[in-house]
Amino acid sequence: MISVRGLWKVFGPKADKVPGSPELSALSRRELMDQAGCTAAVRDVSFDVSPGEVFVVMGLSGSGKSTLVRCLTRLIEPTAGAVVFEGEDIRDADAKHLRDLRRRKFSMVFQHFGLLPHRRVLDNVSYGLEIRGMGKAERTKRAMEVVELVGLAGYENSYPDQLSGGMQQRVGLARALAGDPDVLLFDEPFSALDPLIRRDMQNEVIRLHHEVGKTMVFITHDLSEALKLGDRILIMRDGKMVQCGTGDELVGAPADDYVREFVSEVPRADVLTLKWIMRPATPEDHLDGPELGPDVVVREATRAVLAADKPVKVVKDGQLLGIVGDEEILAVIAGGDR
Amino acid sequence: MTRHARPQWLAGAAGIAALGLTLTACGGAKIGDDSSASSGSSGKCGTFNLAVNPWVGYEADAAVVAYVAEKKLGCTVNKKDLKEQVAWQGFSTGQVDAVLENWGHPELVKKYITQQKVAESAGQTGNKGVIGWYVPPWLAKAYPDITNYKNLNKYAAKFKTSESGGKGQLLDGDPSYVTNDEALVKNLDLNFKVVYAGSETALIQAYRQAEKNKQWVIGYFYEPQWFLAEVPLVKVDLPAYKTGCDAVASKVACDYPVYDLDKIVSTKFAKSGSTAYNLVKNFSWTNDDQNTVAKYIAVDKLSDEAAAKKWVDANPDKVAAWIK
Amino acid sequence: MAAVADAPAKTGALSLRAVPRKVVIAAILVAWLVLFAVLRGKQTMTLAAADLTGLHRWFNDLNDSIGADRNSNPLFLYFFNEIRLVIDNLVTFVQNLISQPSGGRPVPTIGWLGVVGIVGYVSWAFGNWRVALLAVAGFTFFGLQGLWQESMDTLALTLSAVFVSLLIGIPLGIWAGLSDRFNKVMTPFLDFMQTMPTFVYLAPLTLFFLIGPASAVIATLVYAAPPAIRITAHGIRSVPATTVEAADSLGATRRQTLVKVLLPMSKRTVVMGINQTIMAALAMVTIAALIAAPGLGKTVMVALTSLDVGTAFNAGLAIVVMAIVLDRVTTAASGRAEAARRSGNRFAKWRKPLLVAGGVAALVTAYLSHTYVWAAEFPGEGTTGSNIAKAADSVTTWAQDNLSGVTNTVRDSVTNGLLNPFQTLLTDSPWWLVAAVLVSVGAVVGGWRAGVTAVVCVGLLIGTGVWSDAMTTLASTIVATLLVMLAGVLVGVWMGRSPMADRFIRPGLDAAQVMPPFVYLVPFLALFGATRFTAIVAAFVYAAPVTMKIIADGIRAVPETTVEAATAAGSSTWQIVTKVQLPMARSALTLATNQGLIYVLSMVVVGGLVGAGALGYDVVAGFSQGELYGKGLAAGLAIVLLGVMFDRITQAAARRTRA
Repeated sequence: MISVRGLWKVFGPKADKVPGSPELSALSRRELMDQAGCTAAVRDVSFDVSPGEVFVVMGLSGSGKSTLVRCLTRLIEPTAGAVVFEGEDIRDADAKHLRDLRRRKFSMVFQHFGLLPHRRVLDNVSYGLEIRGMGKAERTKRAMEVVELVGLAGYENSYPDQLSGGMQQRVGLARALAGDPDVLLFDEPFSALDPLIRRDMQNEVIRLHHEVGKTMVFITHDLSEALKLGDRILIMRDGKMVQCGTGDELVGAPADDYVREFVSEVPRADVLTLKWIMRPATPEDHLDGPELGPDVVVREATRAVLAADKPVKVVKDGQLLGIVGDEEILAVIAGGDR
Repeated sequence: MTRHARPQWLAGAAGIAALGLTLTACGGAKIGDDSSASSGSSGKCGTFNLAVNPWVGYEADAAVVAYVAEKKLGCTVNKKDLKEQVAWQGFSTGQVDAVLENWGHPELVKKYITQQKVAESAGQTGNKGVIGWYVPPWLAKAYPDITNYKNLNKYAAKFKTSESGGKGQLLDGDPSYVTNDEALVKNLDLNFKVVYAGSETALIQAYRQAEKNKQWVIGYFYEPQWFLAEVPLVKVDLPAYKTGCDAVASKVACDYPVYDLDKIVSTKFAKSGSTAYNLVKNFSWTNDDQNTVAKYIAVDKLSDEAAAKKWVDANPDKVAAWIK
Repeated sequence: MAAVADAPAKTGALSLRAVPRKVVIAAILVAWLVLFAVLRGKQTMTLAAADLTGLHRWFNDLNDSIGADRNSNPLFLYFFNEIRLVIDNLVTFVQNLISQPSGGRPVPTIGWLGVVGIVGYVSWAFGNWRVALLAVAGFTFFGLQGLWQESMDTLALTLSAVFVSLLIGIPLGIWAGLSDRFNKVMTPFLDFMQTMPTFVYLAPLTLFFLIGPASAVIATLVYAAPPAIRITAHGIRSVPATTVEAADSLGATRRQTLVKVLLPMSKRTVVMGINQTIMAALAMVTIAALIAAPGLGKTVMVALTSLDVGTAFNAGLAIVVMAIVLDRVTTAASGRAEAARRSGNRFAKWRKPLLVAGGVAALVTAYLSHTYVWAAEFPGEGTTGSNIAKAADSVTTWAQDNLSGVTNTVRDSVTNGLLNPFQTLLTDSPWWLVAAVLVSVGAVVGGWRAGVTAVVCVGLLIGTGVWSDAMTTLASTIVATLLVMLAGVLVGVWMGRSPMADRFIRPGLDAAQVMPPFVYLVPFLALFGATRFTAIVAAFVYAAPVTMKIIADGIRAVPETTVEAATAAGSSTWQIVTKVQLPMARSALTLATNQGLIYVLSMVVVGGLVGAGALGYDVVAGFSQGELYGKGLAAGLAIVLLGVMFDRITQAAARRTRA
């Protein structure tokens, strides 16, 4: 759906020289600042987002993830690269077309909500429809639908300052959904909320995704959130891509020490699947134990493996890929910190 | 840490400064003390406090008198720019010695000469002050009958402006100048409204634009005035002045009297015997003299001193008569 | 699922009252128009220009009796005279130092080179090298204009006035910051000091303090001390409560909290107060000339008597330059300590020796200027100044020649279309009707407390006996404020959204506020005639910059996130401005209306000098004619009452929009 190719964002004077020049591109952040007075927030990032996918971009503060998501709709103008959507490069769009894209195709949910404090919830939700020129009756109707969808029925006439943080973010969500966009962008939407509310909202997003099936690009610095929500995860560091893959790929086969450090806190049992911990079958193994698929998450398989007195076979399409015994399971569950 | 000490020593320094200044005051008035009236025994000249009212004609008088006082009599002249009100008040506080050109001002005469007895007249200046209603020269030339007040109603509509509410506009100027215009308009049955421009500057500007752009303007003006050298306004004849016709302010229906402009001095200055007082008493010149110097100042943009020097050098006999 | 019909129960407090409020105001206005049509011309309390009421005569008698007692009353002899002597000595001391011949020499103690050297050094020591350069350039410019002595006289007066203002103002401000009760008592006095036209107390001032530097300083002080007091109090109060709590919990005494916590933390605000005090003092320069104060003000006023726009402009420009230099230096001084710490300047360790070296250099220049003529009297004939004057003259002549057509049309359309109808409505309605309208609108907009203030002010206004003139002035004031707000929104939004526009426009706004109005009034008189419209234009030039700055700040204060969210949703620029930024800057808009109105009112007297008539003319006449003094004082009080009433109403409205 969205194809990002070689995206760069450099802040500072003579910013456009940096992407093209190999020496400048190779400098570290400090060196680039001292030599050219520039900061490269996004360095040569490329990825694809498939339709209906939840694509998560992850990284610590300063990794460039917020800048990256803003480049997708040119809230921040990229220095170099292409953002291809429905066959055309968004960078080539003129002001009118860009506005149209923002009104109809893309929607964004912000960390600090960005609601209009002088408008009621209903008017906030219908804002996107209002600026498109939709009539009052029609947009009120549509706004009410979305308000109910996000579970705020009954609060449509309240003002933002009368709502809690979680509810305000639901309004933000409703506003983003009201226009029926193709792509939803989320910029650390739950970072400003309490942990319990955060969990509720994450579940909400998952539910909405099941119900409405939109493509989502999700920014977060919380790894467990990324793993919970994301189909695929892109890890960024200092503006560069470090690794891009599914959750279990990141945990099972970290690309470098940085990623390894990163994922070290994750309860591996929740993420890894059997294909990561299985071992090849040897002639001494009993091959009449239960069968499970390679993509079953370890946690779900634990009981079955421990209960069975024979090792579990990992089978896909009738083919034996390997076996998983108590040892393998316990190694993950008990010694899972490394 | 110096940061904490800073507010303290600042406050301390300020306190000491204030204390020091207060202590100096206890020593009595010293340098630049303005409250001293002119000093000097008879035959000498000390300090001479001269009020300068804010019109160019007066400035011309003051320029010449100050020049003569400084250069020929060796006085130290303190010129103070003050309106009439404040200048006369200066007589009672002892800060003003002389006012060189007084246009009647019966209310000030009553207060400071008659009641408080701190001032007295020092004779006439030789200038005759004529106040009246004037129109720009182009208007007088195009419509000669406009100079008779009886024809004003005929042209009233032409004098209309956004401020005069449908009637013709009669423009008055600085509120320092005594005016009977409201009563005149009513008692002469004129379809005019008095609009207060508020300052002489506004009045002059109105006349200047009127002459340049051929606009209809009628207003309160006076001679001698430097502006008349630039644009010779023409006077409109109101019913002639007769003694006593302006006794009751609300019933005035006649023209303004001709004022014999006089000089006012403080009684203290008059009794001091200073040669400056003699100069002021003897000072007199004609309307033309004043207009000449006024033109040097306002139109030729000479400094006061240069203008005075030019005139004094050209009229040595007149000056000699003042300081004999 | 709650139905939409339940909405009123959950409606926010604002919306329930907002709709009826507008309706109520509309209803009041309609009722007014209807009654006006019926009762037009009755009971309007008109008073002719030269007529006086009993109150006015009583004021006259009071003034006369004070004048008569002056030389015998002990209060005068011992109290006022002492104050006068102290201030006179202060000013004369500074004058002998930099501007007036002293000690038998024909030149002041420190000549131009010395002053420039010292100013440069002090600016660098308290600020940074950039403002030092600006200060040196500015002061040299005075000499090039041929206005060195006049500028130094003005500087002497201004610095003395500022010094005395701060001496009184900062302690009072601290007291007002710490004590709520004192603050409440002080506020009406401060309002009075800032809104009472100077013309009203100028003549009595010379009665108390004689004609001289003391009166000029005290006249300036009355206008310049309130900002010092108010802003200091505000600074003290804005120190976060949590910080004060922390100090208390550590066992600090009240004095320790004041000296170690409150004062240092409000330092930046206090310096802003000093800055505003200086600006206010400079604004008084031309008025002080009316009581014989020497300096640039006098140059302006004398030039006006012969309509010499060029000379007046040259002197006005010097005042603007002085204001800019003093403003930048004091602002830099406030930010210096912080900036130096943060920049980690490599030269930081050289600072002490450089300071000493600079001090020595400054002393050397002072000595040179004391001894040698070339360093004492500014060389040259001031040709730069005469060139500036000539250029100003030709520009104004060109404008007068070519723009008269346009300006006359604008004037007539605004006067006939807007001003006259509104003024007729106010002056020809019965006084009780207008009073009722003012009070009820005030109560609806600002709450019942504002309504009570309105009742008191209107009552006192009727008592002053200048009701009809007050209504005329009110009409012009409201029209001017409307124009000011229109310009304020248009330009303010532009400045708020575009930092580059802000950088270019702001200096122009500062100049417009500091340039003495008398300078540009002469060309205005040529362009618009002696009319109320001219007065409105003069008020506009003075008040619009303030509203523009306030609204620009308000627009900038709208959270970035919200604007970003609206942009991400695909809003056009117009939609962002009208649907997001302006509604969210509502409190700034109300503050701008408040300040715009106050600034417009402060120009009423100047308006009286250019044909506005009404209260402005009454005040000027009171200053010029003894018999009208009482009426002038009453008119001044009327201006103060209008100011207080509208200030309270708009401030109450502002508090409501913030809530």
